[in-house]
Amino acid sequence: MFEQLGDLIAFGLLGLEPASRSGAAVQFFVMDVAKIFVLLVLVIYVMGLLRAMLSPERVRAFVRGRPDWQARGMAVTLGAVTPFCSCSSVPLFIGFVEAGIPLGVTFSFLIASPMINEVAAVILVGVLGWKLAALYVLAGLLVAWFGGLAMQAFRPERWVEDYVWKIRMGETAMAEPDTSLRGRHRYALGEVREIVGRIWRWVLLGIGVGALFHGFVPAGWVTEHLGGDDWFSVPAAVLLGIPLYANATGVIPVAEAMLTKGVAIGTTLALMMSVAALSLPELLILRKVIRWPALALFAAVLAVAFTLVGWGFNLIA
Amino acid sequence: MKTFKVLGGGCRNCEVTAEAIAHAAAEAGVEIALEKVTDMAEILGYGVMSTPAVVLDGTVVHAGGVPASEQIRDWVSG
Repeated sequence: MFEQLGDLIAFGLLGLEPASRSGAAVQFFVMDVAKIFVLLVLVIYVMGLLRAMLSPERVRAFVRGRPDWQARGMAVTLGAVTPFCSCSSVPLFIGFVEAGIPLGVTFSFLIASPMINEVAAVILVGVLGWKLAALYVLAGLLVAWFGGLAMQAFRPERWVEDYVWKIRMGETAMAEPDTSLRGRHRYALGEVREIVGRIWRWVLLGIGVGALFHGFVPAGWVTEHLGGDDWFSVPAAVLLGIPLYANATGVIPVAEAMLTKGVAIGTTLALMMSVAALSLPELLILRKVIRWPALALFAAVLAVAFTLVGWGFNLIA
Repeated sequence: MKTFKVLGGGCRNCEVTAEAIAHAAAEAGVEIALEKVTDMAEILGYGVMSTPAVVLDGTVVHAGGVPASEQIRDWVSG
């Protein structure tokens, strides 16, 4: 359906040649804009209806004092299924520390949160198929789990700012959410407006880059210059992703274009994870609660983890 | 007079929330006191971890995102 729409507009309405570069690029752009935005609105609305019952305040109370693996499992799940404004990372960090939750568990949460979310997962299924979506989610869970463990091994407590330990969290009863059908509908619409309003630029940008890549980069160029499955293409992709930042959903069309041009799957996944989860502005927000050595370590652990995951998938594929 | 506090580290969504409340109050012709709280100790003191959050007369009425405009109207005139 979306492909036909792309054909109709690019070749029928604009009269571009299907074999031409601009024709291929415009067809890709129209097709992906339609497909991704329809999916985006649908997924966010349905998720809003079901409404995440998993508030961080509730998880914090639940995780408190649990054995490490249970706490980590909950933290990673929470990070994966609930979207947060990046400005929440500081109060979340402090709230977890105050509850006595190990820092390694908190880092697992901080990794999982930008990298995996249900919206990106469903759109991945729609654009790249369920196998790739499953691989991406699995890779994200692994990196979050073991990345947090690795951070723990370096005893990051010594780099936490002093004031963080002194903050005491209050107990305030939250207003009960309106769970009637009408209330859910209103909430779901609000979620659609809020999330689409926040990320649409990233998504359009991603589709634009993907379309240019799809139309103008010749198929042979990639294997020749990005070295199909040479070992260094994975760390190169991770490094490339650090200065680039986009929302997890915005990277999907870029990944789509890369895969169709023959970039190896592990390399593509490594770039996606690096672009979504390793971004300088988000890291710098954490500077409010942890000092530079911990920040550098966090970035290094993530970069190494993405590289290992990329190599792993290239080996299997 | 109702007292609103918007809790959040000064990110874009917190600004949007504060503006929406001020706007709704002006529209309803209701006088309110509006304060932006960026101090983490105070934010967590309210038991809030996900921002932006809204405190109305000392009670947390919303947390974890920009509230819906219907909701804001209810707070202002309710």
